[in-house]
Amino acid sequence: MNAAAIKIDHLHFHYSAQQKLFDDLNLTVDKGERFGLFGPNGAGKTTLMSLITGLLSFKEGDIKVLGHSIKTKHKKINQLFGFVPQDYSFYEELTPVENLAFFGAWYGMDKKEIIKRSNTLFEILDLTAVKDQQVKKFSGGMKRKVNLAIGVMHQPQLLFLDEPTVGVDVQTRHQIINYLKQLNANGTTLIYTSHQLNEAEELCNKIALMDEGKIIAFDRLDNLLAEYKQDGLEGLFIQLTGKQYE
Amino acid sequence: MMKLWATIQKDVRLLLRDRVGLVLMFAMPILLVIIVTAIQNSTFDIMGGKRLSLLVCNKDEGNTSKQFIAALDTTGLFSITFNNNINEQQLADKIYGDNVAGAVIITKGFSKQIEDGAKQTAGKALHSFGLEGDAVATVAGNKNFLRFYYNPALQQSLKLSIRGAVTGSLQMIESKATLKALYYAINESDLPDSLQQQILKSNVGIEEIPLAHNMASTELTATQHNVPAWTIFAMFFVVMSLGSSIVREKLSGSFIRLKTLPTSYFIALLSKQVTYLGVTVMQAITIFAIGIFIFPSIGLPALHLPHDVVGLIIVTLVCGWCAVSYAMCIGVFAQTQEQASAFGAVSVVILSIIGGLMIPSFILPGSFRLLMSISPLHWCLQAYYVLFLEGGRLKDAGTNILSLLIITLILQAIALLELKRKKLI
Repeated sequence: MNAAAIKIDHLHFHYSAQQKLFDDLNLTVDKGERFGLFGPNGAGKTTLMSLITGLLSFKEGDIKVLGHSIKTKHKKINQLFGFVPQDYSFYEELTPVENLAFFGAWYGMDKKEIIKRSNTLFEILDLTAVKDQQVKKFSGGMKRKVNLAIGVMHQPQLLFLDEPTVGVDVQTRHQIINYLKQLNANGTTLIYTSHQLNEAEELCNKIALMDEGKIIAFDRLDNLLAEYKQDGLEGLFIQLTGKQYE
Repeated sequence: MMKLWATIQKDVRLLLRDRVGLVLMFAMPILLVIIVTAIQNSTFDIMGGKRLSLLVCNKDEGNTSKQFIAALDTTGLFSITFNNNINEQQLADKIYGDNVAGAVIITKGFSKQIEDGAKQTAGKALHSFGLEGDAVATVAGNKNFLRFYYNPALQQSLKLSIRGAVTGSLQMIESKATLKALYYAINESDLPDSLQQQILKSNVGIEEIPLAHNMASTELTATQHNVPAWTIFAMFFVVMSLGSSIVREKLSGSFIRLKTLPTSYFIALLSKQVTYLGVTVMQAITIFAIGIFIFPSIGLPALHLPHDVVGLIIVTLVCGWCAVSYAMCIGVFAQTQEQASAFGAVSVVILSIIGGLMIPSFILPGSFRLLMSISPLHWCLQAYYVLFLEGGRLKDAGTNILSLLIITLILQAIALLELKRKKLI
């Protein structure tokens, strides 16, 4: 099947008692891309990600994830993607082994699969030595790695990443970015949003810039930089939105 | 099944690592059941086997006052101490300081008053028979030769018990004296002891039988009353841990991830119910075991389990499920952990009061007795009392179990509808 990873058609959405945030939004992200979604605060990035992952519901328009409409195949789609939220999304009182065992089961994996996959991830993300310690004792960087490990536990075809490296040291950031590139090389489509523009330039090959619920630029990163005669995302962002990227 | 099992494992681990929650769910109710049982046991002792301390000050030198004291002693209610040279201030010190329930002062002339009164009554009786007895001077009536002092803080029921025993002893002495005087007036000889005992002895005995469902005798102790009641309180107190746990999960980042996973949040709720139902069963086992094995070693009556053990298991499971459903309902509606803990704890205390756990339900005003029927703790208590106090079987607690199941299903429905409204299931 050659369907797009994400296809948004004529999406309309507003929070109750607010004017429309998205008014006929259209967007297609192809499979295998490392797609970055950027914009100033309040542009609608988090809302769009919440709509795609099913955390928010909508009435008008459609969103297809890997060919399945989110309106009708919600649970099926949830099996296909992974989500790494900005907040730590695990149980701090549990160990990495226990967290992965629980979330793995909720992804529908069996016990053998869970053990095998957990050990692989602990190896890749350098968590083996601490896998049996409670996560609440970990540094911010180690917690980010656990957050990521849970999101990729079931080897999803599509991975949503919301600020996956915020608050981590340079070494851990490189480790995480390299792993994400490796995942992408193996076929996982990445949907990424962050305030770390340098990191975004390093990771993303296609981007969309959003402002006030509208997509104001959408292309391969190198094409956009060439078109607007900029040498980095920050300059491109300021030129297109007239705002500082915060 | 794998998902549910993994979730139960997760919940059990989280529970075992929550030391404050464990203390609230186990240590606190255990402490409570020991303290309350010990306090109530002292009341049971007073009303049961243990005697009330009574001080007697006898300023009379006659024989009748001695017979009166002997009559007081034979009531079995008092442990009598004597002090014949005590003044009112010393008496007050004794009552307030030495834990004396009351004091009886027999003033000088008590015996003569009784004897003269008896002779006068005997004379009147002979006169009414048409016979002539010895002339006796008229005795001044109602002169207080007996004073009863008591602590104003003494429970009304205890005060009435003491007064009843004193009055009964006095009447017995007066009857005996009158009988003797009458016999002497007719026969001019003393009433033989055997005849006196035969005349005064009551010919109608009273048999006291605590009525049990199986017609077997049931021992009513503070332990039999308190252990089931505080076990129920402990079960409903899981609201502090479970309610907070649901709110904590809703507010945590893990909840966002759970909502994006291909599994219904219903599994998480089911797991919490199974886990905490296990907790309530553990609470019951622990508190019952303390009642059976620890209570006797600390001077409290031992708990006797009901004959219908299967019934006990089923009632415990139904009570536990109802407690867990109540906690789940609070957790689903509460916005913060503070709301869940504060509302949960206060509401359980209120429900336990109107449910008859803390004060006997018959003391409550009529309007509150209607409220009682909406307190699940009331039905739990009634079901346990059928087994523990009335010697009944499971079928005897059928109405209580049915009421509990109805309340449980209503609580479940309310919680699930709210989750549905919030699009969480």
